[in-house]
Amino acid sequence: MTPAGTNPDVVVIGGGNAALCAAITAAEAGARVLILEAAPKPYRGGNSRHTRNFRCMHQGPLGPLVDSYTEEEYLADLLKVTGGKTHEGLARLAIRTSEACLPWMEEHGVRFQPSLSGTLSLARTNAFFLGGGKGLVNAYYRTAERLGVEVVYEALVTHLELDEDRINYVDYIRDGQTHRVTPKSVVVASGGFQADTDWLARAWGPAARNFLIRGTPYNRGVVLADLLAQDIAQVGDPTQCHAVAIDGRAPKFDGGIVTRLDCVPFSIVVNKDAERFYDEGEDVWPKRYAIWGRLVAAQPDQVGYVIIDAKSLNLFMPSVFPPIKADTLEELAGKLDLPAEALAETVATFNAACGDTSGFHPTELDGVATTGLTPPKTNWARPITEPPFYGYSLRTGVTFTYLGLKVDENAQCAIGDRPIRNLWAAGETMAGSILGQGYLAGFGMTIGTVFGRIAGKEAAAHAN
Amino acid sequence: MQTDLLQEARRQAEICNACRYCEGYCSVFPALHAERAFSDGDLTQLANLCHNCRGCYYACQYTAPHEFNLNLPQALANVRQDSWEDLAFPRAAGKAFQKSGVMIALAAVIGFALLFWAVRALATQGGEGFYAVLSHNAMVAIFLPAFLFPLFSIAISLRRYWRQVGAQRLKAVHLVRAFGQAANMRNLKGGHGDGCNFEDEDRFSQGRRMAHQAVMYGFLLCFASTSVATVMHYVLNMPAPYPLWSLPKLLGVSGGLLLVVGCVEMVRLKLRADTSLCAQGAFGGEIAFVGLLGFVGLSGLVLYGLGQTAAMPVLLALHLGSVLALFLLTPFTKMAHGFYRLAALAADSQRQ
Repeated sequence: MTPAGTNPDVVVIGGGNAALCAAITAAEAGARVLILEAAPKPYRGGNSRHTRNFRCMHQGPLGPLVDSYTEEEYLADLLKVTGGKTHEGLARLAIRTSEACLPWMEEHGVRFQPSLSGTLSLARTNAFFLGGGKGLVNAYYRTAERLGVEVVYEALVTHLELDEDRINYVDYIRDGQTHRVTPKSVVVASGGFQADTDWLARAWGPAARNFLIRGTPYNRGVVLADLLAQDIAQVGDPTQCHAVAIDGRAPKFDGGIVTRLDCVPFSIVVNKDAERFYDEGEDVWPKRYAIWGRLVAAQPDQVGYVIIDAKSLNLFMPSVFPPIKADTLEELAGKLDLPAEALAETVATFNAACGDTSGFHPTELDGVATTGLTPPKTNWARPITEPPFYGYSLRTGVTFTYLGLKVDENAQCAIGDRPIRNLWAAGETMAGSILGQGYLAGFGMTIGTVFGRIAGKEAAAHAN
Repeated sequence: MQTDLLQEARRQAEICNACRYCEGYCSVFPALHAERAFSDGDLTQLANLCHNCRGCYYACQYTAPHEFNLNLPQALANVRQDSWEDLAFPRAAGKAFQKSGVMIALAAVIGFALLFWAVRALATQGGEGFYAVLSHNAMVAIFLPAFLFPLFSIAISLRRYWRQVGAQRLKAVHLVRAFGQAANMRNLKGGHGDGCNFEDEDRFSQGRRMAHQAVMYGFLLCFASTSVATVMHYVLNMPAPYPLWSLPKLLGVSGGLLLVVGCVEMVRLKLRADTSLCAQGAFGGEIAFVGLLGFVGLSGLVLYGLGQTAAMPVLLALHLGSVLALFLLTPFTKMAHGFYRLAALAADSQRQ
């Protein structure tokens, strides 16, 4: 309960970027705000903990960002990754507002740094948080506490009671006890459902049980399910999630950025039968990062194995765990639990299909391709011959789910075509309203910041 | 050096190298990200570059209870502390004093005792002021070796350090950059200029940076005071005592005040900070060292204030005894960190 035992004006459900932006904005508008965060304090911040940047439109140099990045270019980048499955009105709202967000973020304690080594391609479009997303989350909690926002950790919201077109009360469990608050306004910013493996398996199929979850274990979709069960308008493909291929040794939850592997373009990737299944050199890695999550998910046991040799070891960002190393392919097969003969044959066939490698260029589409091989490798195809040999296992790592709450330009939720008078949503839990498929680096934080602030402003205005 | 400490630092550095979110905080991360594998020498260099500002710890998504259990400030502090013990000359003295507050206190007491004995045994007639208690020649006979030995010892240690981290030939420009960074403690600014995280979890503050600079500049002013007085004594034939508006007194009094204030604040901050982010077992040695440094400043000020009273001989012995202990322990206590830090900064500037 709130300090005086009174009910807060605004309850914010969730404790990540969108929740904090909403809480800060509402508190600055004079509302008494209570944040109910499911995670314990060390894990507060949801998936924002793992983020690193904010994609931002800008007319000229802005903060850490160089040159300019116009609304049209930003939108074009978005439409490219979503294949057109984008709500253009809300997307433009997010893009346009992003420019004013950056100074707001700085005013509220967020600090930026120049583009990280290995990410120079983003120096113009994405502003990097100093220390990453947890640094941002820490700064916002400091700001929120200074504004008198009350935060309750380990508060598991179980139910929002909808009565016609308004939320009457919010129930949450803490320390085994059920608590009830009756706020004037409610902001839901509690993410997707990807950490609920059962739900994921129902949505995607049983293969999803073998997926790893890249982010927080606390995004279990409890609030989302509760609201959808009360017929609140939903959006996004309920069966889909954004997934990438990550180091198979990553923890089940919360592996975050470090579990990525950038070596696929310089490798061959085989399944557990030691057979190749896709063109590893189709495009530069950042553009193919996402499809490999699905490719690996479609293989037996949802696992893949990257095989490289000594000459490729230093061509990609260092991995969090050292690669499995062996002096012969046979030994490597043994260590990776792959059929040794089949692996030897796959590598031999691949090597025989490689041609002139003198044009090899690790950072450009070099056209160094195989001939007569199915599937082909269309770039960076160099024979795997030079010991020691290295291997990584690959698994599907889920970033977020697309199913969410449908909101309008005021971040307001609806039932049928009627808005719910005192319910708003921000962040991952409504990102499906904008992003139908695919993902654009740093856009999740843009949606969270823009719609968090809108939700906070509207919630406070309603409460006042 | 202890392989388990190095191995733990290596494990953590490899995780950091796959993440890179902390690149902007300090000098450690650009240096770390320039490597793919970390030799013992690389880790020693990173450890001595680290100023324990803790920005990376509080920003890290992999700290406990996460299974990666990252605590880079402590991992590097452990290697750093171990490197100081290991590189010390003689090595046994490094092992004895670095972490032990008791041993440092004992050394100070022996310093006091030695000076009391000297005052009695070498008492002079005819000298003025302090020299009536202990002659100038006796002071020089005690303090010249006590000053030269640590310099010699540190020189050997720095040479060992330079070899261990694989640094190249030192040029003036490297030293200029290193002194420039130390002069404003760039590595405690946090990259954004808001300072470091120390006394209040993830809140950034200039507290520790200011306290450190008060101690550092306070000490340097006191040292300058002694140096100026030495020149006045030998070159200008102007023996002590000096009036308040003389250079030795102006430098000494302002330096002493800064030193005392800085040491008190530093201890206060250290008592509030989370000790699980420091080197294991080094807390007592650090507090004792800051205490000794503060006592040098305080006893000097009191001696100045009560120099005309009957308490003067006792105060003189206490002050000179603490100075003696501080000087002799320089290579074997936290005092040595300044030299290693400068070496690390100079070596790092070779990378740029």
